[in-house]
Amino acid sequence: MATGLTLYTLVALPFLAALLIALLPAGSRGLHSGIAAAASAGGLALLAGLAAPVIGGAAPSASVSWVPSLGLDLALMVDGLGLMFAGLILGIGLLVVIFAHFYLHKGEATGRFFASLMLFQGAMLGIVLAGNVLLLLVFWELTSLSSFLLIGFWQHKAEGRQGARMALAVTGGGGLALIGGMVLLGLAADSFDLATILERGAQVQASPLYPVILGLVLVGCFTKSAQFPFHFWLPHAMAAPTPVSAYLHSATMVKAGVFLLARLWPVLAGTEAYTVIVTSVGLVTMVFAAVVALFRHDLKSILAYSTISQLGLLVMLLGFSLEMAALAAVLHILNHAAFKAALFMAAGIVDHETGTRDIRRLGGLAKAMPVTAVIATIAAASMAGLPPLGGFISKEMMLYETPHVALFGLPWLVPVLATIGATFSVGYSLRLAAHLFFGAPRDPEPFARAHDPAAGMWGPSALLTALAVLLGLVPMLLAAPLVGAVTAAVIGAPAPEFDLALWHGVNLALILSTIAVAAGALLLWRHAALLGAWESIRHLDAKRMFEAALGYADTRVRKAMVAVHTPSLQRMVLATFAVIVLLIIEGAVAGGGVVTGTRPGLPASTPAIIAWALLIAATAAVVNDARQRFRVLIYISVIGLVVSLAFVRFSAPDLALTQISVEVVTILLLLLALNLLPKAPPMLSSASRKWRDGALAVTGGALMGGISWAMLTREPGASISAYHLANAKPGGGGTNVVNVILVDFRAFDTLGEIIVLGIAGLAIFALLEGAARGAAGARLARWQEDMPHSPERHPMMLVMASRIALPLTLTVGIYLFLRGHNQPGGGFIAALVVAIAFLLQYLAAGHDWTDRRRRFGEHQMIAWGVLVAMATGLGAMVFGAPFLTSTFEYFSLPLIGKFELASAMLFDTGVFLTVFGAVMLALAQLSQIAQRAARAHAAQRAAEAQESAP
Amino acid sequence: MTYEFLVASAIGVLVAGGIFLLLRARTFQVVLGLTLLSYAVNLFLFASGRLVLNRPPIWDKTVTEYTDPLPQALVLTAIVITFGMTAFVVILALRSFLETGSDHVDGDKVPSDENDGEKGA
Repeated sequence: MATGLTLYTLVALPFLAALLIALLPAGSRGLHSGIAAAASAGGLALLAGLAAPVIGGAAPSASVSWVPSLGLDLALMVDGLGLMFAGLILGIGLLVVIFAHFYLHKGEATGRFFASLMLFQGAMLGIVLAGNVLLLLVFWELTSLSSFLLIGFWQHKAEGRQGARMALAVTGGGGLALIGGMVLLGLAADSFDLATILERGAQVQASPLYPVILGLVLVGCFTKSAQFPFHFWLPHAMAAPTPVSAYLHSATMVKAGVFLLARLWPVLAGTEAYTVIVTSVGLVTMVFAAVVALFRHDLKSILAYSTISQLGLLVMLLGFSLEMAALAAVLHILNHAAFKAALFMAAGIVDHETGTRDIRRLGGLAKAMPVTAVIATIAAASMAGLPPLGGFISKEMMLYETPHVALFGLPWLVPVLATIGATFSVGYSLRLAAHLFFGAPRDPEPFARAHDPAAGMWGPSALLTALAVLLGLVPMLLAAPLVGAVTAAVIGAPAPEFDLALWHGVNLALILSTIAVAAGALLLWRHAALLGAWESIRHLDAKRMFEAALGYADTRVRKAMVAVHTPSLQRMVLATFAVIVLLIIEGAVAGGGVVTGTRPGLPASTPAIIAWALLIAATAAVVNDARQRFRVLIYISVIGLVVSLAFVRFSAPDLALTQISVEVVTILLLLLALNLLPKAPPMLSSASRKWRDGALAVTGGALMGGISWAMLTREPGASISAYHLANAKPGGGGTNVVNVILVDFRAFDTLGEIIVLGIAGLAIFALLEGAARGAAGARLARWQEDMPHSPERHPMMLVMASRIALPLTLTVGIYLFLRGHNQPGGGFIAALVVAIAFLLQYLAAGHDWTDRRRRFGEHQMIAWGVLVAMATGLGAMVFGAPFLTSTFEYFSLPLIGKFELASAMLFDTGVFLTVFGAVMLALAQLSQIAQRAARAHAAQRAAEAQESAP
Repeated sequence: MTYEFLVASAIGVLVAGGIFLLLRARTFQVVLGLTLLSYAVNLFLFASGRLVLNRPPIWDKTVTEYTDPLPQALVLTAIVITFGMTAFVVILALRSFLETGSDHVDGDKVPSDENDGEKGA
């Protein structure tokens, strides 16, 4: 358990530091970097405690279940590989924090910088210590996101933003592929636990999914580690502050791909496909990037391409699928982390102290900044692979392994290309040192400014360079135990016998190495001529290609969206109805097309036929006369009345009551809205369009009529209604089965419905509340009376009648509400009736008079209604019953007699409040807007009258 | 003529009118179309319980036959929700008219209030 705690603390520490730094006030640079450094150092100390057992071969792990249904555990594991990478991440992280403290200028957002840096450190630690591949993916995505923040740290620079976006697009896209690969890998291995997967290499390689897994995982690794052809993001990421580049591109971000290749080596490596793809991609990247690096002029750009090249070397070594090659890769990871971080920091120092990173303007700096020159030259020599430095040993081992791999059946291909790559590495390394520090200054201005920085700035790189030297001089003492443990973790078996030394006698590797050094020196000697030749060739601009591809995708997506999602409601509605009509036809054809069933019909009475004819005529009139808007409202109300009568006829008294009261409210609403809308606007549709729409409408109507007919002439299937009928009285305590269904059996539906209604009421309020401002407000102010109306705004007869009607209607409402459980009525109907009573007051006495006497807030009523209904439901849970279970009891009081109290009535109260609130909110708000417009108009007319009077 | 035929044909006619109006260009016509279609849908839902005369679903000791109460409960809430929806669409249309000066469903393609002011007063 103690180990588990250590592991979790180790990963959590950087995240906590990031949070703490982000919470601190801006401007406390020392505090920001201090916390970051303390977190890194603390992590290192924790890691050191684990080092001894891990190097001894143990692999401490801890696991807490997170999402068990997905196989996602918060599992951490530290073996040799994890230990080495965690050490690099924390160690170089610490040095970078110190360097950055001196590098960043005063007034820069150090809080944001160090918080992002710690976030990134935590994500990297998560990747290398994850014991579950799904968890690894989570951290993998986090590195992409946090590196985006770091690369784009200087937000004011366009190249920083573009570089960050490109890095995110490429590594994020690769991350997407990796998610697919990892999930498939987990399925092929029947586990998402990393240790289990590593033991099931044979099972995975035998799986038919293996080629897909390999392809997807490799895309993820190659994008992250900037392998050809995904390499182009890395040079553009150099727009980041130099400490970020030193961190991301020496030991962390770009090494994540290499780490994952090494991590999954026992599972994926060894097959023909793996060896061919990984080796050739690594080889091409190594040679190509080394050649480009020779001809770059920006210090950081040279280092960026050299990083790509060195990553190519590592990928190639892992691609060999040989144990000794994996060992060489492990050693080179250590070497590269040391010399590359040192070189990035040196480049940062040069930039900081001379004001330029253009190598063509620098030179002879050894005189001006001797300390930096010594550090950078030694680091560059290690990069070139010169003895007696660490880089020499790993490069020798690499060259020694090359003849063992015959790519495409050609045994000489890999050694020759590797030697060419090594030659160019020597070339750019020597050029970096020679053109920067030796010879004559090319430009006097930066040279005059140059001087060695404070020790805090060169100290970290000096330490790293010392490490590079010691890795060459005493490799067995310093690195052998770690390299052995790491290699064992990579290959999943005890490490092979190895001997790290500068001198192995004269062998092929030494000969190739000597050729590379000699040819590299030649490249430096003839550099000017080669540069001229290089610059005469036209090169592809990866950034422009990337931007063009992005722009192309953007345009295509826009076009596709407009094509699929036309911005015309008419066309979309037409398409929707056409599809539905076709589906109905298809269903009718598939069902045999027999419309009339065998169920006997009920002969219709004469009044019913007359009502039916009225409905048909009113519908035709609505369609025909749709432009005479007030007249249409009368036709609509005829239809509503006939529908209500139909409900009365067909044994649905509740529905009839609801329909008739909704009808009144709807017509009032439309009247109020029409007051402000155009009354009889000109015709818009062309004749052909009307014919087309008419044909579709008639087809749709015929089909729906046919379906209704087919349904009505057939017997219904088995229904759950028998249960409702049988249990309404004994279970729900009410005889009105419809009401009991609403407030009891299906109360959850009702709760949803009143919430929707409440939201609609609030949305209407919001729409109208804002209408008084802006363009809408101006148009409201210009509103003109355009209807003939009574000279008396509030006729006395109507006012008096409505005031007498109010208490009567309220009584009816209360009566309908109270009896609703047993007789037709209930919350919905009562709310509508009461709302009509109040709306009548608005109509008769005007908005202002009524509003002043209104003692309730509609918003609160909606809220209380929903809350009461919910509380009723939750109340049932308090008594251990399911949500919204109702209960009832009979009581008796003197004088009144026996009566029933049901919890469902409380629920119905909630329904009442919400429906009432929503209806009142919509109509009262609308009438207020109309009133305001009318008032503005009246004021304007009064002003006009006054003007013309004298 | 049977009640079944009356209801089925009424549903058909309402749907036809509703579709035609929903395809028109003015917001108010679309609202009317929506209203017609809602009548049709509510009637159709109700009809799925079949047409039964004089047997309201009010439980009584002496009565054994009732009409199906479930479609009625569903339609009851549907009627209220229909009102909520209609009200929202009407207000949306009103606001969009006030903002743009046009009551065309696709926005301000056809301004329609130029002859509006002259008719009044």
